[in-house]
Amino acid sequence: MQSYLMLAGVLFVVGIFGVITRRNTIGILMSLELMFNAANINLVTFNNFVTADGLSGQIFSIFIIVIAAAETTIGLAIVLLIYRNWKGIDSDCYGVMKW
Amino acid sequence: MTEFAYLIPLLQLLSFVMIIFFLRWKEKVSSGLAVTMSVAAWVMSVWVLIETICKYIGAHGAHVEPFEITYYLTVFPKINLEIGILVDALTAMMLLVVSTIGACVQIYSLGYMRGDKYFSRFFAYLSLFLFSMFGLVLANNFFMIFIFWELVGLTSYLLIGFYFEKKSASDAGKKAFITNRIGDLGFIIGLLLIGTYAGTFNYREVFDAVSGGVFPPEVLVVAAIGLFCGAIGKSAQFPLHVWLPDAMEGPTPVSALIHAATMVVAGVYLVARGMDIFVGSADAAFVVAAIGLITSFMAATIALTQNDIKRVLAYSTVSQLGYMIMALGLYGYDTANGIHSPGYYAGTFHLMTHAFFKGLLFLAAGSVIHAVHTNDIREMGGLLKKMPKTGWTFLVASASISGVPLTAGFFSKDEIVAAAAHHPVFYFFTLLIAFMTAFYMWRLCFMTFFGKPRDAEKFDHAHESPATMTGPLVFLGVLAVIGGWVGIPGMTGFSEFVFHGEPYHTHVDWVNILIASSVGLGGIYLAWLMYLKKAISADKIAQTFRPLYLMSLNKWWFDELYDIVFIRPILTLGRFLWTFDARVIDGLVNGVAWFTLFWAEMKQLFDTYVIDGAVNGSGWLVSNLGQALRYLQTGRVQFYTLFIVLMIIVLATFRMLPTGTWLLWTLTFLCAALLLGLIGRRTVTNTAHTESEKQA
Repeated sequence: MQSYLMLAGVLFVVGIFGVITRRNTIGILMSLELMFNAANINLVTFNNFVTADGLSGQIFSIFIIVIAAAETTIGLAIVLLIYRNWKGIDSDCYGVMKW
Repeated sequence: MTEFAYLIPLLQLLSFVMIIFFLRWKEKVSSGLAVTMSVAAWVMSVWVLIETICKYIGAHGAHVEPFEITYYLTVFPKINLEIGILVDALTAMMLLVVSTIGACVQIYSLGYMRGDKYFSRFFAYLSLFLFSMFGLVLANNFFMIFIFWELVGLTSYLLIGFYFEKKSASDAGKKAFITNRIGDLGFIIGLLLIGTYAGTFNYREVFDAVSGGVFPPEVLVVAAIGLFCGAIGKSAQFPLHVWLPDAMEGPTPVSALIHAATMVVAGVYLVARGMDIFVGSADAAFVVAAIGLITSFMAATIALTQNDIKRVLAYSTVSQLGYMIMALGLYGYDTANGIHSPGYYAGTFHLMTHAFFKGLLFLAAGSVIHAVHTNDIREMGGLLKKMPKTGWTFLVASASISGVPLTAGFFSKDEIVAAAAHHPVFYFFTLLIAFMTAFYMWRLCFMTFFGKPRDAEKFDHAHESPATMTGPLVFLGVLAVIGGWVGIPGMTGFSEFVFHGEPYHTHVDWVNILIASSVGLGGIYLAWLMYLKKAISADKIAQTFRPLYLMSLNKWWFDELYDIVFIRPILTLGRFLWTFDARVIDGLVNGVAWFTLFWAEMKQLFDTYVIDGAVNGSGWLVSNLGQALRYLQTGRVQFYTLFIVLMIIVLATFRMLPTGTWLLWTLTFLCAALLLGLIGRRTVTNTAHTESEKQA
């Protein structure tokens, strides 16, 4: 079980690192996917090792995958719009959501 | 008719109400109404008098039960109050006097007041006065007489101050009213004592209580003197006589009606009506007699030197009222001591005859004043030729008041002298007063109607007054002579009609008649010597007895005395109270107001700086903090993410620290983050600058 959790932790940290360091919005989205999957691995792991019935974790992670897919779709749509407006998808381009 | 006697006052009230509310603008209608009502009252009064006389004749000397109607007021169940009328001989006599003078004066006023600005109002007031006076006379209890007593006081005040634009007139009205209040205080005390001990105000019940010994003697004396105080005020007796001469500021008909013939005798009437009470307490009766004598003597001496025709008559009135009061007082004193005295009959008889001749004197004086437009007898003279009717009637009245044989005053004055005969001091002064009365009255006559005119212009201007004025004069002139014939000594007449206790049977007393009439004629002779024949110089006498002359001329300095003793101290007290009021009371009020204002200002300062400061301060804090924190909003997603991660790490770390400190640490971290944000902002701004420079 520990190795599973380690994998998830590594995957999550890699995701965070990606989100913080990537300038490309596509890259940020991809890193987000990594973090999602880290969470999914955690869910499945705990379901397998801790609880008795051993199904709700898997179902939950499937739901997360579906929602993440939908969310990524929306994210890509936003990225498209950003591209249209700023002619670029670097996260520096659209620093308008500030004070 | 006696059953309807209550209509006599009510008709006058009707007249007053009609005039004052509906007819004030129609002078002829209103005066006509008032005159009609007063004449109607006269007719009814004569009728009542005749009926009453018939009742007395029919009784053949037996006791006659007076006619009485009583209506009990149940509004105040604990006090036995009633409204009612009582008609006995005294009432019938008073009704006749009041209605006769009232009707004459109203007719006379038609001429005298013609063209006056307040013609209708004058007649309304006269009607109101007659209402009150009839009510006073007809009342059957002390409570009711007091109400009407105050009502006549009110109308007297209104009529004295009738020319209210004149300061002296309105002052005289106030003086009369206030002086009367002092007397009425005594009246109220007397009434309350009577009500407390007798439990009723009804005359007959009170008198029964007195004879039944319900009253302790000392209470009875106080009650009697209390009642007499009312009479002192109303009948202008010493020491409250000062208002009557000033009351001459009113129109002359008013002086004749109210201040000579009717209202001022209300005090005499009260004493006569309450005679049982005075008989019950000899001391009080003696006080009454003494006050009467003092008043009479004092007023007679003052009248000797006055030069205002109305003032002479006013002091003469005071003097004659004192005469009546003295006679009644002597009757009470003598009866209490078991002597049968003619005083009661003399006093009431003189009341009647005096009303006739004094009313006439005033009306004639009014006629003279109307003609020459002055009150000063030194500016008159020789007017008999110009105004024969006025002059002759005046002379008749003067003869009557002086006691010239066979006139009305002769008979009544004789009885007063006879009443005083048992008391040497009273007897002497009574004769002296009679002498002085004759002297000053004929001094007035000689200076006004005889001799050479002293003021030619005024003499030429003078003319006889219209018939509305001379008619009443002639009528009263006849009464001033024959009015006394009802009381010829030795014959059945007035003394068997108006009496108290047992009727007094008069007899011819030639000595008394001789002394009394010779004294009167002596006075006339002296006046003739001094003012017509000029055999004795009046100025020389005045020089010889200068202090006495000045004392008389200045009315014994009563006004000055009252000014020093009462008015000044009261004014000083008033001023002191005013100052106290202004300084202390107002100061207190103002101080409270000032403190309230001060406190309010303090509160306002507190409000402005503390409350508003707190509100504004919190606003300022939030806005500035927001201003600082907004720099964290860098707009960079990576920065946000980094911040979140760092925050998670920090929180997770700090949670492991001991409880209580983690919050502090978090705040420290936040501050650090804020600094970080500020630095980040600077970086961005710099970048923006460089970018814009690049674009430029």
